Amino acid sequence: MIQFTNVRKVYDSNLTEALHGVSFVIEDGEFVFLVGPSGSGKSTIMKLITAEERITSGGIIVGEYDLGSLPKRKVPYLRRKLGIVFQDFRLIDNRTVRGNLEFAMRVVDATNQQIVQRIPKVLDLVGLSAKEDCYPSELSGGEQQRVAIARALVNNPETIIADEPTGNLDPERSYEIMCILEKINQLGTTVLVVTHERDLVNCFNKRVISIDSGLITSDMENGLYDYETY
Amino acid sequence: MRRINIGYYIREGFHGAGSHGFMTFASIGIMASCLVIMGSFVLLAINLERNLDALMAENEFLAYVDETYSDEEGQALEAQINAIDNVAQCRYISREEAKENFVGELDNDSLYADLPASVLRGRFSIQVKDISQLADTIAQTREIEGIADVSAALDVANGFITLRNVTVIIALIMVVVLVVVSFFIISNAIKLATSGREGEIAIMKMVGATNAFVRWPFVVEGILLGVGSAVLATLVQWGIYELLAKAVNVYSHVKLVYIIPFQEMLRTLVITFGGIGLTVGILGSLITINKFLKV
Repeated sequence: MIQFTNVRKVYDSNLTEALHGVSFVIEDGEFVFLVGPSGSGKSTIMKLITAEERITSGGIIVGEYDLGSLPKRKVPYLRRKLGIVFQDFRLIDNRTVRGNLEFAMRVVDATNQQIVQRIPKVLDLVGLSAKEDCYPSELSGGEQQRVAIARALVNNPETIIADEPTGNLDPERSYEIMCILEKINQLGTTVLVVTHERDLVNCFNKRVISIDSGLITSDMENGLYDYETY
Repeated sequence: MRRINIGYYIREGFHGAGSHGFMTFASIGIMASCLVIMGSFVLLAINLERNLDALMAENEFLAYVDETYSDEEGQALEAQINAIDNVAQCRYISREEAKENFVGELDNDSLYADLPASVLRGRFSIQVKDISQLADTIAQTREIEGIADVSAALDVANGFITLRNVTVIIALIMVVVLVVVSFFIISNAIKLATSGREGEIAIMKMVGATNAFVRWPFVVEGILLGVGSAVLATLVQWGIYELLAKAVNVYSHVKLVYIIPFQEMLRTLVITFGGIGLTVGILGSLITINKFLKV
């Protein structure tokens, strides 16, 4: 579960107030789109969930962690409960697909046996079993994003957070990626997708939280990304 | 640290060093160069110190026996001279031997061939243990009844002491300066080697790596750089030293300079280079990596 209660965030560097009292709850197993224009506060929400940034006031609970009082040393353990997917994939270029996944598993002290068993399953789920030994530079953009999703998934997180996961992909590949995320959600993982892609959001008929100028403007089950508003 | 991770950290350390080939090579090269420069000054200082010690050990003074004493009476003073703490060795030179030496120094000039030995005094050639206490030793020798006069090159002795002290101070200053300079150069080299990996570290942090997990492979890499540099520096230092020693021995026919065999100093040098290499390698990686851990 991710729970935001009246969250305010003011950046110390330029005193910009990015969030003005944001509240929402994402229950376990939900698939949620977080939409809004540039500068609306989407990225700030992502950074607060991953504890990259700290709240100014209000409260955030992610699973068992209260982020308002989370000590720094506990941040890595929070992140192990989250699988994060970035727009620019952020793969390690000098490691193979398998190497990138193994690397993420080593971080959480996985044993060799766990690594050997888990990686083929995850690669199968994202349809990349045949590309295990390829380097990122040998893959297409869509395939690289699938590797990033596999890496996010490999430690069996409670929640997948995808920040503009289709921003660098063509519509067909974007749809593919979203289908994979939907499949992951159907297996029980909570999925939060931050995106600009209106058509894509409207295709999937999921919960949509809209944000603008640091405020939640709408939160609808089976919602649409409103053309008129943005 | 869990056991399963130790192998991983070591593997990653080697992987890091291997995958940054040029930077690894540059870091080892720079660190080894600093160690060699530093080592050269230290070896020079050690050699100078040893040569000065040898020169000073040869320093002696003459104590003249009262002219009324016979050779036998004069020689009897030897025990009293040897009883002085700082006397390393003492040898009695009879009047006859003194005369032969004197004539010998004048290229056996026949003019002095008939010089009676009785015009010269019996004397002691005295070597001291510590040249810095020469003045005290001379004073103590003068006090012995039967010693009429003492002849010593105090100025030369003091010159030796000054030269040795200056050399040691210069060597120490050079070592301190070069250790500091090396640290900054090496720390910079490691910074360059790790700066390209900011992205990698950020990814590690985002997938839940603890700071220790991120740090260890870099520490292993720092250790590899340090050890590699120490090994390379030792080999280069050995080669340079042997070449110079050979050259000095070839051109110094009268063996004015004594060169200490490298093997005699090898153990100390390896420990020193290894210690500095490891310390700088580990500290360099830790300081550098800490900058990237604030994600």
